[in-house]
Amino acid sequence: MADNHIRPAIAVRGLRRSYGDKVVLDGIDLTVAEGTIFSLLGPNGAGKTTMVQILSTLIRADGGEIRVAGHDPAREPDAVRAAIGLTGQFSAVDKLLTGEENLRLMADLHHLGRREGSRRATELLERFDLVEARGKLAGTYSGGMQRRLDLAMTLVGAPRVIFLDEPTSGLDPRSRRGLWQIIRELVAGGVTIFLTTQYLEEADQLADRIALLDQGRVVAEGTPDELKRRIPGGHVSLRFTDPDELDLAARTLTAAGGALAADGRDDESLVLQVPHDGAVHSLRALLARLDDASVEVDSLTVHTPDLDDVFLALTGKSRMTDETAQTGETARTDETTMEAVR
Amino acid sequence: MSTMSLALADSATMVRRQITHMRRYPSLILQLVGTPVVFLLLFVYVFGGTLGNGLGSGSGGRGAYVDYVAPGILMMAVAAVAMGTAISVAMDMTEGIVARFKSMAIARVSVLTGHVVGAMVQTAVAVAVVVGVALAIGFRPNASVLEWVAAAGVVAMIAFALTWLSVAMGLAAKTVESASNLPQPLVFLPFLGSGFVPTDSMPVGLRWFAEYQPFTPIMETIRGLLLGTGIGSSGIAAAAWSAGIALVGYLWARKLYNRQA
Repeated sequence: MADNHIRPAIAVRGLRRSYGDKVVLDGIDLTVAEGTIFSLLGPNGAGKTTMVQILSTLIRADGGEIRVAGHDPAREPDAVRAAIGLTGQFSAVDKLLTGEENLRLMADLHHLGRREGSRRATELLERFDLVEARGKLAGTYSGGMQRRLDLAMTLVGAPRVIFLDEPTSGLDPRSRRGLWQIIRELVAGGVTIFLTTQYLEEADQLADRIALLDQGRVVAEGTPDELKRRIPGGHVSLRFTDPDELDLAARTLTAAGGALAADGRDDESLVLQVPHDGAVHSLRALLARLDDASVEVDSLTVHTPDLDDVFLALTGKSRMTDETAQTGETARTDETTMEAVR
Repeated sequence: MSTMSLALADSATMVRRQITHMRRYPSLILQLVGTPVVFLLLFVYVFGGTLGNGLGSGSGGRGAYVDYVAPGILMMAVAAVAMGTAISVAMDMTEGIVARFKSMAIARVSVLTGHVVGAMVQTAVAVAVVVGVALAIGFRPNASVLEWVAAAGVVAMIAFALTWLSVAMGLAAKTVESASNLPQPLVFLPFLGSGFVPTDSMPVGLRWFAEYQPFTPIMETIRGLLLGTGIGSSGIAAAAWSAGIALVGYLWARKLYNRQA
């Protein structure tokens, strides 16, 4: 049994995939431990969906070694399919069937038998708060309900590895939080989750490990905390009402031995950024120093680093080295990716 | 379960799905049945008196024309259902549900067989309605039970072939709109054959096309079985066309469905 814990749920080495001349995935390495949430984070067109499609047997990789639940998606697709569940970016419910019929359809396709299928459908309807809507056509469901039904359908087969491709895009904040809660419960039950998202908050909230994907490469990987540690720390932004005050504050703080943040002084918007660790006592000391020099501060904001900073610091950099035309390029890639699924 | 029985079980599940769709979306089947019925009434009541006299056989007039045109209208009904199939396949493919099916350990063809069997059921309904209306307005076949069964077999044969072709067209279409345009010519093909008037009344070029297009031998065979006119080599030609179209449609559909796999 110890073996099961050592074997990763997903292992990828040197994965490559192109569409024509366009390289979408360029040598991806990643490992996802069983029973954890792994989040692939990246802007539109970074190759997230292509990655999910390859791992879930929908399309083939051009090269590299892949194991999902111990099997190679290219050589043993049915073994992989039996172990996984996929909730894609576009709602994968049958809109002309009711919620309950959708779940029964999945039960039939998993050959669960009549009684077990009905038991499972009822259980999932209750768990996903769809009991009242069970007899209504899925096409009439709200976006949040469709996503819940979608995920419930994925769970009918009791998959060990679940792929969630941008599961909360287009959902309102409340539905999003509800879905997060469900995802946490799933992992608590031992399931492995591979989640793609462009929401940093989502990855931060859910993921045990995050890989940052940009232009087909993993530009950073680690726990959310590790990633946050990789970028410059937090700062305090001080806003002034007139340039003289700004100048005075800058001189006072430099004289006191405190360094200003690089590019920390903005004379146009009258903002001064001071590096800061977020602790209350050092904030008090900073304000006391300004007070002593009679500097009038208009407003103050404390900024602690979040994944947004990581995202901008890491993807922004690689984008600047490549030419700006990239955004148009990547948007088009997304379309080709969609095309290929059909 | 063996692979074969798994494939059957999954296909049966998909057929149930299609039947539920038909029940949920009856306007589509109404529209599919409506078109041939409207053409039947139009041709019999508006043009039938004159066209019937021009047939040059039997008593002429409207009564003779109902008998003549019914097989053509039947083919039109079969083609209309095929068009509906292309639309529903294309609709399916634009929804995420097919990606879900493809990522599940189910018999791969079952999605397509569900559509094909569903379309055959629709064809049966459409053909029954058209025959019913035709009988009500004076269609008087003189076929024996065996000939009726044989005619039904011919209809089923071409319906099966056109269904696979339209499944492929639905898969090939980039949008639902183009899926409804691709098979459109099939609905009008009976006009350019022996469906509405005998081919020997047509100008040379058109007559040549009309005599050699696939619908003509099929309509001639049905006509022969139901009304006792000569069948000749039409039976063989009908079977050959059906088999050929079915094979091409099936292979094309399979290739499109499995692409990128």
